[in-house]
Amino acid sequence: MRIEIIDPDRCVGCEICMLACVRRQGFGGLAKSKIAVHSSGGMEKGFTVLVCRACSDPPCAAVCPTNALEVRKDGGVNLISEKCIGCKNCVEACTVNSIFWDNEANKPNICIYCGFCAMNCPHHVLYFNKEWGKKNV
Amino acid sequence: MFEDKFTRVLYIDLSKKSFAIKSRPDLFEKWLGGSGVGIQLLKEECPKNTDPFSPENTIIFAVGPITSLYPLASKTVAMFKSPLTGNLGESHAGGRSAVSIMMAGYGAIVIKGKSDIPIYLSIFDNEVRFHDARAIWGIKDAITVGKIIRQRETFSGQRSIMRIGRAGENLVSFASLNTETYRHFGRLGLGAVFGSKNLKALVIAGKRTINLTDPKAYLRVYKNILDETTSSLMKKYHDLGTAVNVLPLHEIGGLPIENLNKISYEGAAELSGENLAQNYLGRRIACTGCPVACVHIAAFRDPHEEEKYFYKTSMIGYDYEPIYSLGTMLGIKDAKGFLKLMDRTEKLGLDAMSSGVALAWATEMLNKNIVTESETLVKFSFGDWEKYIEGLENIVLMPNDFYKALSRGTSYASEIYGGKDFALNFGKNEMPGYHTGAATHLGWFLGARHSHLDNAGYSMDQSLKGDYPEPEKLVDNLIEEEANRQILSSLVVCFFARAIYLNFDNTINCLKTIGIDLTKEELKELGMEIYRQKMSYKTQEGWLPSHLDLPKRIFETPAPFGKISEDYMKKAVDHFRDRLEKDFQ
Repeated sequence: MRIEIIDPDRCVGCEICMLACVRRQGFGGLAKSKIAVHSSGGMEKGFTVLVCRACSDPPCAAVCPTNALEVRKDGGVNLISEKCIGCKNCVEACTVNSIFWDNEANKPNICIYCGFCAMNCPHHVLYFNKEWGKKNV
Repeated sequence: MFEDKFTRVLYIDLSKKSFAIKSRPDLFEKWLGGSGVGIQLLKEECPKNTDPFSPENTIIFAVGPITSLYPLASKTVAMFKSPLTGNLGESHAGGRSAVSIMMAGYGAIVIKGKSDIPIYLSIFDNEVRFHDARAIWGIKDAITVGKIIRQRETFSGQRSIMRIGRAGENLVSFASLNTETYRHFGRLGLGAVFGSKNLKALVIAGKRTINLTDPKAYLRVYKNILDETTSSLMKKYHDLGTAVNVLPLHEIGGLPIENLNKISYEGAAELSGENLAQNYLGRRIACTGCPVACVHIAAFRDPHEEEKYFYKTSMIGYDYEPIYSLGTMLGIKDAKGFLKLMDRTEKLGLDAMSSGVALAWATEMLNKNIVTESETLVKFSFGDWEKYIEGLENIVLMPNDFYKALSRGTSYASEIYGGKDFALNFGKNEMPGYHTGAATHLGWFLGARHSHLDNAGYSMDQSLKGDYPEPEKLVDNLIEEEANRQILSSLVVCFFARAIYLNFDNTINCLKTIGIDLTKEELKELGMEIYRQKMSYKTQEGWLPSHLDLPKRIFETPAPFGKISEDYMKKAVDHFRDRLEKDFQ
């Protein structure tokens, strides 16, 4: 995967990755975040980090009725926003629950693999693998 | 210009089970948010001389214009009439509360009235629902209440769940409101106000976008502040949490022990942040938007009482203040005992600080034979944590008149049973864990919420090192610090970030990115005006501090830089009264 979750046990649930993702897009708030941190049944149980794995054969793209999700050569997908009709099939199809819905725009939040979340993570939970997809895919 | 959703106030009437959303740009443009807006809403909504347990009492939650936008802008301010002091109640908490309120689309929430049956509230975006809480009223453990609501409600893993325990239901005057299991609106009895309204819990969440005036500048300013945060604060509070302060304070002789009879004992190393981290630390967590992650949680493995080899592991949060109040104040010398007390306090939904100080007072009352075991029902003895577990239960269950009085705080209990000289409350609020000198005691005695964080007298003591200015000057410095801190609590940022946001350039730059232009002078003036508003509310409700109300114990036990002079304190309090009359009515 391109954004690697190298050590989820180090996650403190600060959500700085989520806020960074939205900030990178020029906004504040959480609605547009393409990464998510959830407590796993109360804060005492720690946190789950959900982010796109950049699949080489992505199920989200396979179920999109309008070809709004274009498969990238190096894995993962690009969203062609004007083609998206907001059916949410992609959300259902993602086995790792890493497509999040932007209710305000009625579009999926699709990771663009910029790595800004990983660069902002203060506790080394995330790692941005720049080499991903270059050799093996 | 503030964005529209931030200037919305959600008004909830529990009596009618109705709500209304009003746009109040007038309020936010003048008072920013947090404490500034909170005190105005309290003045608008809560009539003069309101009984704290009457339906007219009003609970206000307020966040600030940079909530969720900048590092450590992660706190919510709660305002209410306090059942403990009968005056201004102001309590701050983090967790997910602030970002959740902001993301649900509100700058403030006002809760009034009283439900006829126990209920809990869920607030998601524009939807407010009133749920039947009869089945969860009386549940033994406030943590379980959180679990039940987690399973029933949406926004799993990303919401704030505020709830009270049995202490709040039973109207213990220092019951706390728990949020996200490990954070609390701990002080001044907000939990009891919830209980008096038949309000068991409040769950809130949302997801929305905040539009910025200058997104490019936002990236730059954010990075500067994040860098400052991670370089300066991270080390101290990430590693050991606030418990890092136990050993240094013990070493200088500023850590109150056994009801402040002592300032040194052999238990300090055992209760230190170092020892707790090495032997118990199981997890660190953060408030939303804060990289520091000061919240430290012990993984406490304990054998089941009746069955050999049957172990349970509890995750128990700890901080400096509860280590002081439930640990050193009660003479506890083993970490296990402290953690058990901490755990019970959480489950009951009590304020750890007031509870520990109340039990320390009760122990001394018993030791001095002013009361007997027929009152305390338990033979308290400093260091015997098992007895104090029973004491905590008794505070909540109130099996006799003594506990009925104690559940109203040490000020009230000592009025009835005596022992005022060593009932360690200031403005009727039990003291925090610093016996560092004149400034700290004056600070919380004269501060608006009787908290060490009002004006950080403990910090002044440690930098003055005994070289005190004239009492008048010291009071003026405390007032100035408290006024400046109103800016922090109106933005609203965690006070750990005070150095970052009281560097006014940072705050000015933050506000610019959301289209607010304020100068340093304007900000300082606003801080002073908010302070004035709070003080005028306090005097309106009958507060007038007198040096005669200071517990004598603080003059008896030496502070790190010598004994505190009664005469100095009297002059300081007199000067404060002058200024109160002259400048802050």
